[in-house]
Amino acid sequence: MSKILIRGAKVLGGETQDVLIDGETIAEVGQDLSAEGATVVEAAGQILLPGLVDLHTHLREPGREDSETVLTGTRAAASGGYTAVFAMANTFPVADTAGVVEQVWRLGKESGYCDVQPIGAVTVGLEGKKLSELGAMHESAARVTVFSDDGKCVDDAVIMRRALEYVKAFGGVVAQHAQEPRLTEGAQMNEGIVSAELGLGGWPAVAEESIIARDVLLAEHVGSRVHICHLSTAGSVEIVRWAKSRGIDVTAEVTPHHLLLTDELVRSYNPVYKVNPPLRTERDVMALREALADGTIDIVATDHAPHPHEDKDCEWAAAAMGMVGLETALSVVQETMVETGLLDWAGVAERMSAAPARIGGLSGHGRPVSAGEPANLTLVDTSYRGPVDPAHFASRSRNTPYEGRELPGRVTHTFLRGRATVVDGKLA
Amino acid sequence: MKRHLISAADLTRDDAVLILDTAEEMARVADRPIKKLPTLRGRTICNLFFEDSTRTRISFEAAEKRLSADVINFAAKGSSVSKGESLKDTAQTLEAMGVDAVVIRHHASGAPYRLANSGWIDAPVINAGDGTHQHPTQALLDAFTMRRRLVGRDAGLGKGLDGRRITLVGDVLHSRVARSNVDLLHTLGAEVTLVAPPTLVPVGVETWPCEISYSLDEVLPKSDAVMMLRVQRERMNAAFFPTEREYSRRYGLDAARMARMPEDAIVMHPGPMVRGMEITAEVADSDRCTVVEQVANGVSIRMAVLYLLLGGSEPAVTTAPRTEETK
Repeated sequence: MSKILIRGAKVLGGETQDVLIDGETIAEVGQDLSAEGATVVEAAGQILLPGLVDLHTHLREPGREDSETVLTGTRAAASGGYTAVFAMANTFPVADTAGVVEQVWRLGKESGYCDVQPIGAVTVGLEGKKLSELGAMHESAARVTVFSDDGKCVDDAVIMRRALEYVKAFGGVVAQHAQEPRLTEGAQMNEGIVSAELGLGGWPAVAEESIIARDVLLAEHVGSRVHICHLSTAGSVEIVRWAKSRGIDVTAEVTPHHLLLTDELVRSYNPVYKVNPPLRTERDVMALREALADGTIDIVATDHAPHPHEDKDCEWAAAAMGMVGLETALSVVQETMVETGLLDWAGVAERMSAAPARIGGLSGHGRPVSAGEPANLTLVDTSYRGPVDPAHFASRSRNTPYEGRELPGRVTHTFLRGRATVVDGKLA
Repeated sequence: MKRHLISAADLTRDDAVLILDTAEEMARVADRPIKKLPTLRGRTICNLFFEDSTRTRISFEAAEKRLSADVINFAAKGSSVSKGESLKDTAQTLEAMGVDAVVIRHHASGAPYRLANSGWIDAPVINAGDGTHQHPTQALLDAFTMRRRLVGRDAGLGKGLDGRRITLVGDVLHSRVARSNVDLLHTLGAEVTLVAPPTLVPVGVETWPCEISYSLDEVLPKSDAVMMLRVQRERMNAAFFPTEREYSRRYGLDAARMARMPEDAIVMHPGPMVRGMEITAEVADSDRCTVVEQVANGVSIRMAVLYLLLGGSEPAVTTAPRTEETK
């Protein structure tokens, strides 16, 4: 078995220590460990985190291999410091049967860059009418525990109630894309001052907040847990905070882009800023940061949504919604949460690794950096600062809103069960 | 002036007054027996219309022809666009053919901005109406009409619309005419009031440089010009208002309401009018209604804009034009 010694990293941003990996596990954590027989990674000044876990990734395969494949998506994930991603169900065909989730699961195994845990669709074809065979997906080789119609809202209150109840039998969770469909017909951007000027159809905050309010009450009523995808407004934060204070079993995620960008950027009519839910206002951004810091929002999830160039190189209304995010997520979190003093690195590890693994029921990830644990680790040079260059992305798509923007932090090494997937900032 | 005309908000007061004054010069050409200037001879202008429009297209076409430009009309229906060609490819095709300016009408808000700022083409872009965003030449021709009527044809030269009280009534939410007019009229010093049912006022309107009212009757006596915006009947199906009749009763302009306006106040409409909906036939056909003038003024304004964006520094109209027609 091969040994790797990570020498002199600040574990979770704290004490400087050496970490010895032996095979697939962490053998020892301590001072001045012997390098005998081990490959040494000099990590002085760098931060060592547990491998990141993304609860919300669109890998696009099967069906949209022109945007991303499981292989290219997991390469992007490893580059960004991730050791596990949850693959959303809105593929073609939709991941609403055991067959499709097993296909994605198998492609993940073959990729070797990070673990891929498929998410199953709540309803057949994401149509919101009829429950998918949730139990069959759970019992498949893919062991699905997270179910979501993401991209579409489970808007029928009865279907949502039943889904919340049904998955309790096997410890599942429903991840809701909160978007009241009637209030968002023709919606193109956040409804407010900027949409009024630009003449673009408004996506009002209340369309998100009303669904979240309904769903936390449903979860309370039937005693289920519910997860809220990509929470984007200050009002949603208040509702989730209230629900948690009542003891409702709700968890919530925020995307990196909602922590940094606002709807003012839409004034450029550049569809690289078109995303669902839309970029909101400065006030929302500040509320989301605060909520992530105080734990109201549990995790950061990327909503990595690759699209081919032609789907963004057009007029706003014709463009697809979504942004890639796996390769910039940690940098954006450093910029918005760490450098602002809102969160320390242990807090980042909790929100980008431990909590998403816990919510998704994923064992072997999000574990402490200590002896005997699986060697899923990410090493970050936090002193780096530079412009984002999409040409260097491992993702097949380039639809990033950060092109040319200076961001801090660079993942230098990623280890998946003791095997380096990224070495010196390059895919191994 | 900027290279492109995308939004009325792009115009400074000096820009706007220059366009209005130049349009007065252009209007004099229309009074001549031969209505043609050599200004843009040898230049090619493409009218790129992704949305059906007869009035605006023929107005631009008349303006282009009076300036002796070569005109290409490109309508999306039945063209490669309806077979899935992108805006970018269409634009680059036109560029390769050597067009000197593109006049674009598009159903998507921001399409002209994108065309002008994406590096797809070099030619100046003139927005002839995009989605529910802007329609700057409409605002200019409206301001031109107001200045003539409220300030005077000669007295108005060099001036704005300072202190004039302008009221726009109707579907503000879906109106690019309203957005453009609010921006331009504010720049020219007018006091603007928007009147509409609350359902047809956009959320976020509070930063616009104008007042909002839900009551037409309260605003009418304090209006020097009242512009009625078209209201599509289909809007009532989306619950913006209960019925056509209720809309007309509350926000339509009829003779009784017109009588409450100040004596010299005018009634305007960007067309096409829905008679019986936002305006009665009696008002539309009255002397106070400037609809037909607006159409005529539209050609002068578009000549002025094209001249200023393409013609450069030479005078638009010489006292003895040496055109082929006058030789």
